[in-house]
Amino acid sequence: MAKYIGKRIVYMFITLILIATASFFLMQTLPGSPIASYNKLNDTQKAIVEKKYGIDKPKPVQYAIYMKNLAKGDLGTSFVFKGKSVNDLLAKRLKPSLILGAQAMVFGTLVGILLGMLAALKHNTFWDYGSTFLAILGISIPSFVFATLLQYWIASEWHLLPVGLWNDGWKSSVLPSLALAMGPLALSARFIRTEMIEVLNSDYIVLAKAKGANGFEIAFKHAFRNALIPLVTVLGPLAAGLVTGSLVVEQIFAIPGIGEQFVSSIMTNDHATIMGTTLMFSAFLIVVIFIVDILYGVIDPRIRVAGGKG
Amino acid sequence: MSNKIQKEEDILKEKIAQEEFERITVDAHQSERIEKPSLSFWQDAWLGLRKNKAAIISMIILLMVVIMALIGPHLNGNDGDTQNLRHANLPPKIPGIEATGFFDGDGKLAGKTVNLYEMKKVDEYYWFGTDGLGRDLFTRLWEGARVSLFIAFVAAAIDMVIGVAYGGISGYFGGRTDDIMQRVVEILIGIPTLIVVILMIMIMDPGITAIIVAITITGWIGMSRIVRAQTLKYKTQEFVLASRTLGSKDGKIITKHLLPNMLGIIIINTMFTIPNAIFFEAFLSFIGIGLQPPAASLGTLINDGYKVMENQPYVLLFPAIVISVLMIAFNLIGDGLRDALDPKMRD
Repeated sequence: MAKYIGKRIVYMFITLILIATASFFLMQTLPGSPIASYNKLNDTQKAIVEKKYGIDKPKPVQYAIYMKNLAKGDLGTSFVFKGKSVNDLLAKRLKPSLILGAQAMVFGTLVGILLGMLAALKHNTFWDYGSTFLAILGISIPSFVFATLLQYWIASEWHLLPVGLWNDGWKSSVLPSLALAMGPLALSARFIRTEMIEVLNSDYIVLAKAKGANGFEIAFKHAFRNALIPLVTVLGPLAAGLVTGSLVVEQIFAIPGIGEQFVSSIMTNDHATIMGTTLMFSAFLIVVIFIVDILYGVIDPRIRVAGGKG
Repeated sequence: MSNKIQKEEDILKEKIAQEEFERITVDAHQSERIEKPSLSFWQDAWLGLRKNKAAIISMIILLMVVIMALIGPHLNGNDGDTQNLRHANLPPKIPGIEATGFFDGDGKLAGKTVNLYEMKKVDEYYWFGTDGLGRDLFTRLWEGARVSLFIAFVAAAIDMVIGVAYGGISGYFGGRTDDIMQRVVEILIGIPTLIVVILMIMIMDPGITAIIVAITITGWIGMSRIVRAQTLKYKTQEFVLASRTLGSKDGKIITKHLLPNMLGIIIINTMFTIPNAIFFEAFLSFIGIGLQPPAASLGTLINDGYKVMENQPYVLLFPAIVISVLMIAFNLIGDGLRDALDPKMRD
């Protein structure tokens, strides 16, 4: 196990270095300059600005400096927000994104698990078809379509909740969280349903029934706990989906979060911020997938053996 | 009790005379005969798929959307790129249905509901309305659907080809080749798709090609892993050994024995990459780094509609419906195919 974890950590670092390197050199090939109205400056002005941001040095030197700073955890200075370090910029925007992500994750998986259980326990009834249909909708409808519809009906037509921004306490977080929660909800509902149906047909459930355990006990004590284990595997894709969703959903609801920052820094060619956000998202997703893999091995001993070999 | 049974036996004896019984023998020649006509893998899959109502309905709907994407832009004689500012921001109006009160050209102007067609003295019918530049949204919608479907199909096909080739080579030849190829995959798989897609699209000229390249650059990895696992499973089996003993070359074993066995799972996986590609195209266009105006795709149309949804919600509504229907249809067909093609999933 320790060897496996060590190997995984090495891979994580290689991946991160690769992403940092790739994004650094990709930034250099981007059309346009991060400096606004670059062409209007004369040569002396250009030299001053370039020196200030350290982009006058040859590329390999810039790369070495960037990687050195990165090792210290310094993501560089924003080109657009004067004199602000990317670290500060992102730190300030972390909270709304984390709140939205956590709310969406908790709400989505909880409701999803309930729906999935309902569908499995009432297999082939109205409840089953209803929740399966809901799950298909959740998987199929893109989060930005769902978000715009929510914003149109609930906020703009019925005035129940704020249309956007992050200044109305918990109310501001309801609609974006809901829009983000559809993915986790649908995915976990589908997953739990399949697992529960399989578990409910297994021998030990028959034994529990034969011993006279009541329906509630069977559903929660025996079936549910075993159906829950495989759900851990979809946590990785779920997190990736949340990050993808946050880019558009934060944009739609004008939430000052990381996703919104990423999109706007792409629009303004803010190289340092793009690279910083890219690395942050990548690190987050890589760590989530790593934790999920380890967690899975811990929860289910049968996997641990196989995992140790790989 | 015993009396009753006795009675019944008596009745039986009375009714059926002994000589009416005939001894039948089992014909050894007939015992191996197959009663049901033998079905090929695909006939069997079709039988399974046919029973799946959701998948069949989805296929019909998908076919309709594809047909509309092909002929829709030519249906009402309007061009999707022609701007006509006099006809800007007209709500949907469909001949025939207008009498019901829906699609009758009523729209909001300064908070009041008025018939904008009468007000602007427009005689034409714009079935799904017009946008702020007076372009016909019906034509643009199907042009957009065509572009989105094209991107999705091409991206899925490229993913499939690269994935099958990479996974197949890695799994079949094994050893050192496999080792190196799998280390590459292990690193690539750690990179979040979203990041790669956005970075790739930023350095290329925006357009259909850029989107396809961005989607396919890591899209093939899932397929390659599945194909590799399948290749490893099949290549050690007896029928491959038998074929090899009879002198088959690698090429023949791969095309004749391995690929046909994997075809089902390859098709299922491709079926799920299509909606994924549709999503990523729309996603990129929605945040503004995908297709650029005046080109239409479902993503750009939704983006256009989002900007004006307060006053002209119909601009957003139709592309949102089409993309949702497409995604649902592809997912349901994928589910249906998985149930039909994968015998292990069958209950």
